[in-house]
Amino acid sequence: MSPLALFLTLIFVLIPLVLSKTLNLGLERDTIIATVRSITQLFAVGYILKFVFDSDGYLYILLMIALMIFAAVHNASKKGKAIPGILWKITVTIVVVELLTQAILLGFGIVPATAQYIIPISGMVVGNSMVLSILFLNRFTAELEANQNRTELILSLGGTPKQAVHTQLTDSIKASTIPTIESQKTMGLVQLPGMMSGQIIAGADPVQAVQFQLLILFLLLTTAVVSSILLGFLSYPSLFNERMQLIRQKND
Amino acid sequence: MTIYEPAIHFMDVRYSIDNKPIVGPITGSFPSGRITTLVGPSGAGKTTVLKLCNGLLSPDSGEILIDGQSATTFEPTDLRRKVGMALQDAPMVNGTVYDNLALPLRLQKKELPEPDAISWLEDVGLSGDYLHKKASELSGGQRQKVSIARTLINRSDILLMDEITSALDKASRREIESLITRINQKYGTTIIWITHNLEQAISIGDYTWVLISGELIETGDSHILEDPADERVRRFVKGELQ
Repeated sequence: MSPLALFLTLIFVLIPLVLSKTLNLGLERDTIIATVRSITQLFAVGYILKFVFDSDGYLYILLMIALMIFAAVHNASKKGKAIPGILWKITVTIVVVELLTQAILLGFGIVPATAQYIIPISGMVVGNSMVLSILFLNRFTAELEANQNRTELILSLGGTPKQAVHTQLTDSIKASTIPTIESQKTMGLVQLPGMMSGQIIAGADPVQAVQFQLLILFLLLTTAVVSSILLGFLSYPSLFNERMQLIRQKND
Repeated sequence: MTIYEPAIHFMDVRYSIDNKPIVGPITGSFPSGRITTLVGPSGAGKTTVLKLCNGLLSPDSGEILIDGQSATTFEPTDLRRKVGMALQDAPMVNGTVYDNLALPLRLQKKELPEPDAISWLEDVGLSGDYLHKKASELSGGQRQKVSIARTLINRSDILLMDEITSALDKASRREIESLITRINQKYGTTIIWITHNLEQAISIGDYTWVLISGELIETGDSHILEDPADERVRRFVKGELQ
């Protein structure tokens, strides 16, 4: 893309700005902030990636992945403050999912062990694991809140903490992974996935673009299911103490 | 007056949340094999006392003895089976009446034979026809009966009842009252029953605990409610404390 063409893409920013101003929508400030941030963040990451690809050192790859995980954990942990120790639980979840998927991809030689593959795929896995963690935590805390009676019932009948939250846990795991599975059913019918579109625009063979997209889709399926199950099973024990009592209790 | 062994004994028990005292210090007993009612204004800490009895909560200080043995020496799951609890709104798990009755045994990886389930239902005054009915289709009184039967299946020595008749009409309330009296007489089960109905407390209870602001103000034969010694209890009985 020529610098002029890139400059002309700003027309697509100008249209919402003009409309917002005319109709008094008050979106101008956020639109400008979003535009400036996306330009600087994407160019910064672009130049960093170029540097990492050129140097081809594993240390830089690891640093990049660590940075992604740090940002993802920081973001996701805001959602689960009600659960004690949620920060390290999300860290373990995302690190395990990243290690598992990379081990399979690199171990079986599905993709080459170069920065060009490892970093973008890690970005998708970590990002997806973060979103799934947020979805799971939102749902799980809501389920616990709404079903405190049920939890208390099972405990008072002599059930263990795991039995007391089992339904809420499995419901939350299902609810958080269903969107990933459902979106795969209409994939290619309604819209072309972003990564595939990008590859096609950049001149790649569409069939090869499809092959890579399938790899990513299946990868994200594992990411989704493993993230929410792992986070679920790490989270529920910290809701109870050693006397099998709910740590946060309502009172009469 | 007959002296009964205490089924549950509180010794200087205190419980607080975020440094705010909820109950205590409480020292007192629930006599074995009797029906004790727990009365007091809302927010007096009645439900907290029940939860302390079956280990859903632990005291910050003091000790609770169950049949003379410290509550902390029991496995939490064993304690909750020994001291069963029927919750205020009789929550049901999704499924049929049978699924709800079988729940206590399923939690121990055991099954409840259908004929047993029917006899438990009949024991609480419901016919076997209810067994495969959806729990969500039961009336308030039927739910409470199923909830009581479900608690009985653990064969608890002590039953805790948290305002189980507060949402019921008069006829259903009378049925539950006679059911509880029958359970008490038939199995010798110790009953601890929270109620806001003082008439019920006097007619059903052998013994009563009056809690106000987390403190055990008066305790003794239920008839103390007819002529309380303490001024606060007098005001509560007159309906001046709610």
